[in-house]
Amino acid sequence: MTVTWQTFADGVSLGGIYALMAVGIGLVFGVLRLVNFAYGQLIMAGAFSLALGAQWNWPVWASILLCFAVVLTLSTLMDRLVFRPLRTQSPAVMLVATFAVSFLLQSIALLWFGSLGKIATSLAPLNRLWTIGGVDIRKISIVSIAVAAGCLLLLQLLLERTSVGLHMRAAAMDFRTARLLGVRANRVIGGAVLISGVLAAVVAVMLTVQTPLVTPTFALSDTIIVLAGVVLGGLNRPVPATLGGFTIGFGSGFLGGALPTGQSQYLPSLLFGAVIVVLLIRPNGLFARGRGSMERV
Amino acid sequence: MKRAAPLTQLAGPMLLILLAAVLGTTASTATQVYFINALVSVAIVVALYVFIGNTGVLSFGHISFVALGAWTAGVLSVPSGVKPAIMPNLAGFLRHTTVGNVPSLALAAVVGGVFAFVAGLALMRLSGLAAGIATFAVLQIVNNILQYYEKIGPGQNTFSSVPETTGIWQAAVGALIAVAVAFVYQRSRFGRMLRATREDPAAASAAGISMYVQRLGAFVLSGALAGFAGGLYVHLLPLNAGALYLDLTFVTLAMLVVGGSSSLWGAVVGALAISALDSFLSEAENGVKILGAFNLDLPSGTRVIVEGVLMALVLIARPSGLTGGREFALPRLRRGGQAA
Repeated sequence: MTVTWQTFADGVSLGGIYALMAVGIGLVFGVLRLVNFAYGQLIMAGAFSLALGAQWNWPVWASILLCFAVVLTLSTLMDRLVFRPLRTQSPAVMLVATFAVSFLLQSIALLWFGSLGKIATSLAPLNRLWTIGGVDIRKISIVSIAVAAGCLLLLQLLLERTSVGLHMRAAAMDFRTARLLGVRANRVIGGAVLISGVLAAVVAVMLTVQTPLVTPTFALSDTIIVLAGVVLGGLNRPVPATLGGFTIGFGSGFLGGALPTGQSQYLPSLLFGAVIVVLLIRPNGLFARGRGSMERV
Repeated sequence: MKRAAPLTQLAGPMLLILLAAVLGTTASTATQVYFINALVSVAIVVALYVFIGNTGVLSFGHISFVALGAWTAGVLSVPSGVKPAIMPNLAGFLRHTTVGNVPSLALAAVVGGVFAFVAGLALMRLSGLAAGIATFAVLQIVNNILQYYEKIGPGQNTFSSVPETTGIWQAAVGALIAVAVAFVYQRSRFGRMLRATREDPAAASAAGISMYVQRLGAFVLSGALAGFAGGLYVHLLPLNAGALYLDLTFVTLAMLVVGGSSSLWGAVVGALAISALDSFLSEAENGVKILGAFNLDLPSGTRVIVEGVLMALVLIARPSGLTGGREFALPRLRRGGQAA
């Protein structure tokens, strides 16, 4: 095992990115009780828009704008066309519906861009090294830690200080009662979907800097790891979910850098083995307080 | 009249499978592959149904049992002479042992069942979302190990040189066995106890039923059926670890949910319906004539898109599946009972 400051920074920055994805998945779960498997494909779509922007020689801000527009449009469409009609159905049905959506987006990307993918280069300078106190760290590590921290802070403010945030938290706790007390379902769901879309776009920007090659399966394995992390932390509240996402991101980024190649190929086994063990000890999540969640899936 | 119902419930799925098999035998060799594929899918989906249908708990881990079954049957039935060429790193007795078609399928079922038992000892303690993610974790781990651990298989390479014994009849018999086992199980006292825990966990445990033991039993049985189906699959076409992973998990779960996940009839109908659609669309990608007049020629890749859209539409229009989650019944048999 070789541990350098870069491995540590890799762990923290991947943890930060995964924490943002965890919030995106956790918010939608909170109001819809829906585990969104198609979340990774939103990120993939954003990454492809960045790649297209780079290909058309657009300025960086324009490609980022395109990325946000595409991701937000897609997530709103997903909500309107699929999630909303299925809102009252069983979690299994909704889950399979998100599979279908995820398949659909993936195969559209495959048709459109081919399996070899495209390269998004617009933000490549961020991959250069910064020397801080004699330690070399890639700029993107610092940037993504800062962006993740900033987003989480803003989100916390939104949830705690605004009425939309209050409605969202109420809906996450008990959707039916919240509706009876005057929370508008469609507005809350729309808000959650929108915020999770914004987070997906942010994640798309940062992931493309780290891995510029965008393929139709871009962010797929990340989404799976984050889903496990979210459940690991505790899905029912935003903070435990975020912590879970951070923990698993830090773990995989840190171990991925620290383990020699012969062992790092078994990293997924290690991570998911740890997930099973933790779930057996704390089925409600590592960071969740109290007990008593009903069977949902 | 009431007594006749259970046998009708079994006859429906069985006749449908036989019909598919007979249709398959009349088709050309190229088209027959679609029918064989569909029948193997039936076996996999019925294995899924034994656990998911009877418990109401979603499992994403079953394809790992299919993969283990495929690995078992595949490694054991590649002729010893070819083994060093395609699997140079095999360990110990695997290098020299070769078994026939039927024993390899039986061993695949045993390995699937044993692994499901070991995994289930831990997993069946969980419920809800934690259980779902834990089964998903099992899929990840098994896939990861099969891809990199070359002492037990071809690693990332494709399983070539496995005798292709899964023809139309072997696939049909395999699917029939799976359906029969699933049917007997769900009519048995164990199946009924498990369904009781699905409908009302509190009442079931008050009646002295251990949810853990019953779920574990169903998990092992469905693991064995999944392993068996994996054996059928590897005898059909050269597989690799990537083919027994997420895509297959999603497709088989979609078959079950589209058909109607709480009935055996739903599992069979869903598997055959989606397979039929899939086959038709992949033919259409190569160009196909409909009624001799239209020439349908879809660009390649539209298959998955059309399927995704149709699946979403079925779920929105009929969330409890094409069969509504009910077992097969002849419409006119209802006349004697309550007014229809």
